[in-house]
Amino acid sequence: MPTIYIDDEAYQVPEGDNVLQACLSAGIDLPYFCWHPEMGSVGACRQCALVQYRDAEDTRGRIVMGCMTPVADGARFSMSGGSAGEFRENVIESLMLNHPHDCPVCGEGGECHLQDMTVMVGHRNRRYRGKKNTHRNQDLGPLINHEMNRCITCYRCTRFYNDYAGGKDLSAQASHDHTYFGRQEDGTLESEFAGNLVEVCPTGVFTDKPLVNEYTRKWDMQSAPSVCVGCALGCNTLPGERYGKLKRIHNRFNDEVNGYFLCDRGRYGGSFVNDEQRALFPGLRQSNSTYNAIESIKAIQTLVDWCVPGNKLAAIGSPRTSLESNYLLQRLVGEENFSNGIAVHEAALIEQISGILQNGSVATPSMRKTESADVVLVLGEDVTNTAPRLALALRQSVRNLAKEMASDMKIPLWQDEAVRVLAQDQLSPMYIVAMSDTPLDDIAAQTLTLCPNDIARMGLAIAAQIDSSVPGTEGMLEGFDTETQKLITQISDSLKGAKSPLVVSGTGSQNAAVIEAASLIASALQTNGADGNDSMLSYCLPEANSLGVTLMRNEAQISLDDICQRAAEGNIETLIVAENDLYRRAAKEQIDTLLSKVKNLVVLDAIGTPTLSQSALALPAATFAETEGTLVSSEGRAQRHYPAFLPAEQRDSTWHWITQLGQALALPGFDELDHFDQITAACAAEFPALQQICEASPLADFRNKGLKIPRQTHRYSGRTAMRADISVHEPKQPQDDDTPLSFSMEGSNGSQPGALLPFVWSPGWNSNQSLHKFQSEAGGALAGGTAGVRVLDPANTGSTSKKTNLPVESKAKKDQWQLLPLYRIFGSEELSAHSPAIQELTKKPFIQLTPEDATKLKLSAGDGLTVNIANQDCVLEVQVNTTIPRGCAGYSVGLPGACWLPPATSVNLGKAEIRANSRGDDV
Amino acid sequence: MMNSKTDNPLQATSVLTPAELAEIDKEISHAPYRAAVAIDALKIVQKHHRWVSDESLNALADYLGMSPAELDGIATFYNLIYRRPVGEEVISLCDSVTCWIMGYNKLQQHIIKRLDVGLGETTDDDRYTFLPAPCLGACDRAPVMMVGNELHQNLDEAKIDQILKVKSSTSDVNNNGRQE
Repeated sequence: MPTIYIDDEAYQVPEGDNVLQACLSAGIDLPYFCWHPEMGSVGACRQCALVQYRDAEDTRGRIVMGCMTPVADGARFSMSGGSAGEFRENVIESLMLNHPHDCPVCGEGGECHLQDMTVMVGHRNRRYRGKKNTHRNQDLGPLINHEMNRCITCYRCTRFYNDYAGGKDLSAQASHDHTYFGRQEDGTLESEFAGNLVEVCPTGVFTDKPLVNEYTRKWDMQSAPSVCVGCALGCNTLPGERYGKLKRIHNRFNDEVNGYFLCDRGRYGGSFVNDEQRALFPGLRQSNSTYNAIESIKAIQTLVDWCVPGNKLAAIGSPRTSLESNYLLQRLVGEENFSNGIAVHEAALIEQISGILQNGSVATPSMRKTESADVVLVLGEDVTNTAPRLALALRQSVRNLAKEMASDMKIPLWQDEAVRVLAQDQLSPMYIVAMSDTPLDDIAAQTLTLCPNDIARMGLAIAAQIDSSVPGTEGMLEGFDTETQKLITQISDSLKGAKSPLVVSGTGSQNAAVIEAASLIASALQTNGADGNDSMLSYCLPEANSLGVTLMRNEAQISLDDICQRAAEGNIETLIVAENDLYRRAAKEQIDTLLSKVKNLVVLDAIGTPTLSQSALALPAATFAETEGTLVSSEGRAQRHYPAFLPAEQRDSTWHWITQLGQALALPGFDELDHFDQITAACAAEFPALQQICEASPLADFRNKGLKIPRQTHRYSGRTAMRADISVHEPKQPQDDDTPLSFSMEGSNGSQPGALLPFVWSPGWNSNQSLHKFQSEAGGALAGGTAGVRVLDPANTGSTSKKTNLPVESKAKKDQWQLLPLYRIFGSEELSAHSPAIQELTKKPFIQLTPEDATKLKLSAGDGLTVNIANQDCVLEVQVNTTIPRGCAGYSVGLPGACWLPPATSVNLGKAEIRANSRGDDV
Repeated sequence: MMNSKTDNPLQATSVLTPAELAEIDKEISHAPYRAAVAIDALKIVQKHHRWVSDESLNALADYLGMSPAELDGIATFYNLIYRRPVGEEVISLCDSVTCWIMGYNKLQQHIIKRLDVGLGETTDDDRYTFLPAPCLGACDRAPVMMVGNELHQNLDEAKIDQILKVKSSTSDVNNNGRQE
């Protein structure tokens, strides 16, 4: 490690760093704006100036920019020497010329990097008395607020939005003192990652619109480490609360998972927590179908009556809630009466993936590691819409060619502009074989759209090209036309030559053979790919705990169909459903029948669902932001989320409702499950695959330097005033016995394990840039360790099964269309679809047809179309899409208002009733 | 980005005329990639329409395989690519230091009065747009201005009157205007 001298003090710094990063790692507060640990240096803002001396004798030195200067052994710098300090102050002064004095009404105030840097350089007096430039702001949609007057032209926004996230509709416009960052015209920012501008912008140009509309300062928010429940990736988040409302979600850094960035579903999808439709009390259904609010004690009594021994009992868990809730529910009713609540066909797919992850030979990478892939094959998955944050990681993987070229020329990788200019538009190859066009197509070397069975056949053909001994692939290649054969050869050659090939697939295509083909390609690469290659296999899963509840599965458990069967036979009197809308799992008719056969339907949920509104007893559950729980991400990482605030009134955690019930029923063992940690430990003890979940984060007795970890910042204000309209006597702060965190400002936030970081703040660093004070080095892992624990060993040496599910060639029957499931980042996920900001961006349920098919059916875009399946009319809006494979029709999955459709079914659209469209062209 | 292929793509050819497209294609023929001709293409569009409208910009972006935001970033960077309508000719009066010493202020007031037009405005008859210019590179002959593509040097009020008089007597829309 080179040694550099800063003001005659010697520092050991990492080889290859720039001086700014080295200073920050060494704990020296060198101000900066445009540098970002994830996006590197461009030297745009001139803020991180210091003086560099030739040698120990040199007393004059020269001013250099820290972010653009590589560290070199023996190099000498000074923070204060010469005119460096004055230079930095002058830079701030010039930036402040046009910056408004509007901090008190600014959504960034109190966590503004510009405020911090202004104070840090000592710029106190404003000498400029002239007029300031003003700009017209744009309406950038429901997520982002735009206030251009505050801009200091650091260019971080376009560097993130365009260079990092691949956005196309934000640019730097005009020049010199009227430079403008915005769209070509008003309109919603199109990138699925636009929300990160809120955290990337060092001041208040781009702010969180829902937060700004109902504002709370950072220091007044109570927050806790949490995990996103918007998809299965398990991004780490920081929900912030005030007045019992979730105010916003910020990124929580995890070097292995989401790094510095979230997707917009994750950032804005959490406000379903504030939904006013959520019940505050248990509700008992009356004969006239309305609900009477009852006390929780009464609800438990009612439940005890319904669950007495001899009563036929069953329960349905959920892949969108914690292991603890699922485990307790299973224990309550017994595993032979428990279903994890996943749709039957989907459960089989997830089990298949779980088997491959546990027994396969190829490691599943962390999200961070996927960025290192030099060739990527996406098989049957629209990653941006099913696992959005992974799409951002894949966008970084295609830059590995540029990085390699830069390394060859000895250009440091943090020299962002140089690396980009060097490679121009050359990218590492990514191949996408999907069911329709995807938002990643713009960076793909080749794309092809096929129906799922053909995707699987193509996958097998690729596997066979890599390793001809893969069973069941004989003659696969010959089934394709010459052009596709050429593409297959190109893809397999490319993968074979790769040092770190990555295959991405998942449940998106709802096809077992696609999943298997992906695994066969990855393991073929391991044996027959480039020497010493680091073959990776990543599967996208549907829900936050899909993998967790699947790892919790044992032989005795029953399926959703078994539950229906049992109910039909009159063998279920009381059915308990936890956080699951059964109408999203099977056809309406099937669920209607099931629920009508059950005498006592008990539903615990945080949101209103069609299942909940059929219940005899509805219990209000706590959301991810109000309770603790352990989730297992698609990577196999167990992570714990903590309550940012306590649930209001008689809402309660699902696991706590069930504990109370078990104890009231005096079930064996339940008296030892008083405490959250005891439940986690019992779950870990019972399921071998979940042994390590207790290590996901420290237990409740953990103390940081002898103290609990505060959820409130030390500046938290107005605790008495907050409820002065009710009483001027401030109640005692709630105690938290279940976690090492406290609902208080007192305690120690600093050196604890990474899984327990409730907010970032450091003296002088009020913004999220203070994160580097919590990292082992600027941009590195958290000093307290990476949050979460991998429960699936990445270096498993088992072998894949040699039995191959052979996909049949897809041929739709005459005049029939095969239904393809299509997902949308906004709307396809159940919880986030209840968030108002997400709702504004959610499209109506649609069906996509090829132009030829649309013509044949005499339909055009915007027309309505009714699909009749299982005695249910499903109205969908027609979209015309040239990329849909022939003989197929893509339908939107899970969008509000859509009905459940079975995947891979052939439907007879020709016979469907076609509704009059808005122009009145009745067909 | 979502559903890009389901949107109706802008029909570049319905907004850009065959003459414009021919000139742009010629530029593209000796460029490494389409977007490389962005500046020239903007100049071509401006030559034909006097300015670059949103409609033209969107069509051009589509034609060059760029996003409108990206192309607008380029268009707005240059002072002499006009993103708002201008008159038949643009008068650019230099307001930098040499011309200031040589008294451009007086000339500016003179033009404002004579044409009854403010800075950044276009005359009612659509004949002239009056803009300030930071430097025209002819400091030794200050004060200077450009009218259309002609540079006029060592200006005074009489000379400006003379230039405008000659211009108005030979006024011809097709001289510098649209070449349809």
